[in-house]
Amino acid sequence: MRKLALSDEILLRIEKPARYIGNEVNSVNKDADKVDVRFCMCFPDVYEIGMSHLGLQILYDMFNRREDVWCERVFSPWTDMDKEMRSEGIPLFALESQDPVRDFDFLGITLQFEMCYTNILQILDLSGIPLSAHERTEKDPFVIGGGPCAYNPEPLADFFDLFYIGEGETVYDQLFDAYKSWKASGGSRESFLEMAAEIEGIYVPSFYDVNYKEDGTIASFLPNNPHAKEKIRRQVASDMGETTYPLKPIVPFIKATQDRAVLEIQRGCIRGCRFCQAGMVYRPARPRDIEMLKETARAMLKNTGHEEITLSSLSSSDYNELKEIVSFLIEEFKGQGVNISLPSLRIDAFSLDVMSKVQDVRKSSLTFAPEAGSQRMRDVINKGLTESEIIDGAGQAFEGGWTKVKLYFMLGLPTETREDMEGIAVLSDKVARRYYEIPKEQRNGKCQITASSSFFVPKPFSPLQWATMFSAEEYVAKANIVQEAMRNQLNRKSLRYNWHTAELTVLEGTFARGDRRMGAVLLEAYRLGCIFDSWDEYFRYDLWMQAFENTGTDAAFYNLRPRTRDEIFPWDFIDCGVTRDFLWREWENAMQGKVTPNCREKCSGCGAMTYKGGVCYEG
Amino acid sequence: MKVRVKFRKFGVMKFIGHLDVMRYFQKAIRRAEIPIKFTGGYSPHMVMSFANPLGVGLTSDGEYFDIELTESISSKDAVERLNNVMVEGMEVLSVVEIPDDKKNKGMSLVAGASYLSTPKSGVLPCGWAEKLIEFYGQSEIIVIKSTKKSEKEVDIRPMIHELRPEGESIYMMVSAGSVENLKPELVTEAFCRWLGVEPASFSHHRLETYAASAEGFLPLEALGLEIN
Repeated sequence: MRKLALSDEILLRIEKPARYIGNEVNSVNKDADKVDVRFCMCFPDVYEIGMSHLGLQILYDMFNRREDVWCERVFSPWTDMDKEMRSEGIPLFALESQDPVRDFDFLGITLQFEMCYTNILQILDLSGIPLSAHERTEKDPFVIGGGPCAYNPEPLADFFDLFYIGEGETVYDQLFDAYKSWKASGGSRESFLEMAAEIEGIYVPSFYDVNYKEDGTIASFLPNNPHAKEKIRRQVASDMGETTYPLKPIVPFIKATQDRAVLEIQRGCIRGCRFCQAGMVYRPARPRDIEMLKETARAMLKNTGHEEITLSSLSSSDYNELKEIVSFLIEEFKGQGVNISLPSLRIDAFSLDVMSKVQDVRKSSLTFAPEAGSQRMRDVINKGLTESEIIDGAGQAFEGGWTKVKLYFMLGLPTETREDMEGIAVLSDKVARRYYEIPKEQRNGKCQITASSSFFVPKPFSPLQWATMFSAEEYVAKANIVQEAMRNQLNRKSLRYNWHTAELTVLEGTFARGDRRMGAVLLEAYRLGCIFDSWDEYFRYDLWMQAFENTGTDAAFYNLRPRTRDEIFPWDFIDCGVTRDFLWREWENAMQGKVTPNCREKCSGCGAMTYKGGVCYEG
Repeated sequence: MKVRVKFRKFGVMKFIGHLDVMRYFQKAIRRAEIPIKFTGGYSPHMVMSFANPLGVGLTSDGEYFDIELTESISSKDAVERLNNVMVEGMEVLSVVEIPDDKKNKGMSLVAGASYLSTPKSGVLPCGWAEKLIEFYGQSEIIVIKSTKKSEKEVDIRPMIHELRPEGESIYMMVSAGSVENLKPELVTEAFCRWLGVEPASFSHHRLETYAASAEGFLPLEALGLEIN
């Protein structure tokens, strides 16, 4: 019978014990004595969020295909469990074996968003692993980070032994093999890190020294160990046909945020929106083979029993065989009571047709992401969606029976004027006007246009990485301008507007483009009690501000300071394929409102072609 | 065709609540490719009805749900296919065909359940077994039942149909279902109070779920027939 790390009394006392017992369908159990490498994969948020992440399922499956590796999982214990573990002195454990995390060879932490950073410290703390990498000994696991936030890992440099830069599919095998030979040789902790540093894509932060200028910017960023490379090359699975895909994803007992089979149809994006980090760091766009997708869909549904399947990619409408894969899913599975959940697609005759087949038109809403209210602003961010495309698409949808439209925007973009902000309200109103053009007897009551805005956070390796941010007060003022404009529209009763909190944006900004010195702020915030920062009920802006003050760190330095063309950024040691020259060119185009064509229309020479795959070699 | 599935829930699965057990079986039935009937509409769901929900923390040898099939499948085949896709802590015990009429609907049929309640060692005083017989011999057993809104006194004695020591444990047969329902912890708590000891921690294990019939209580599966 399965052993558990927690007593029945504790499990019956806390919320959702299923978060901590493992045993799910398709979870992998192995004999710990018969494997060479024990890897604990961590998503630093609550179970239901972490289990919805495709990347975790891909790596879990890939690692466990190796007989000599056993990959298990751990998530952030919710606050009730956190208390129990501290008061009872129970160390954090992995779900499969229920063994303490600190006894593993590796603790791999996926870095999906900046606001989970305090949770990482909670994981280390509860595991009994020293928070600072330099305090760890031969008894401790190697803590390795990866994922989107690893494109600027510097704020976390103190807490990690290694970072994996890029897609997990390329060099983990090499890393495991190196680990096995190091373990056999009985070398020091440092000697393994030196071996790892030789592997492409692996970054060992302790092997680099950072010096700062008087103005606080970086003067130099140099290796201090002969094994460390000057530049770390982002890892890319050039041939998606050679990657593995989880045919037996784990099926949680409790409802995860994403409770369905996920089919990744394409990696990367051809669009080149200038605010988007993913659009740059996953270049080149690489579609998966349609026959592989069909087989995978069949196998996943058979092995999980999920009642829903969805497609995943950065821009599904750009997948060349979208029609074929969607028609296949509907024809093959609709009769078996499987829901087909479509990602947001470009609204056209085809997408409206398939949507009307798979969902109830009266209940569902259409989603557009214009990202900015005015055409001028959309040109700045290179969002190739015009007003007439939105109005025409919405018009077709309204005529097909839809009455609800969601519009997503960003505020705080560079060069933004009052007119651009008010444009959000104006555009929302135009969509509503289009609805009321339909004769009264043919339409279905009122329409409901919901505009949402988030505040823009510049991210490393996006063309807008040079942009200046704003203070929390300025963000709120911007949202108020939109709110006010909404009230002045003709169809104001059909319009709704909501916006994300400004404080979280400020904080996200400091970490997104922060350097190593942000590590002290993070540690202090955790010490003051910050945790689950992305959960409204736990976010404590006051404590964060206290942490900045206590460490003598100025948030404005990271957010409000203009950056020059040649400033050394903390993430410059990463060779992303996409060159800094290209990003600067795009930044200048943004300042001039000049649009850049997408990868299929015309190659802009971004540099990703060096990965020898995908859209760069189409046709 | 309507069938009744009997299953066992043990080990760590006791921490999975009733709604999640339902979700678990919906997915398991798909994995096992059991030809189940769906409702129509945009989000079709399985025609499935669970008998008596089991509380979190309890194990059971007698759990039931009814489903409707679109084609016949032998009992043996169905049990085997389902067990091939179970996790540790879930085991399908039988699949039988049940009459297709309204009064056979899962929940409304349930009238009783039997439990084995085992105290943590040493929490009950010596000689508790004889005391249990005396406790059961009372004409009424008053307990305070508290709901979200109020507290009220209830006589649970009529809902206890059998109560006796069995080794280190307590065996009980109590009313269950939508008409009257008695949780085993209410009985053990009342017994502890009556003994004058602190309500002890018991692990409760459901042995079987019953329907009422002219001959007395019948296990739910006895109302169905093996499919060949």
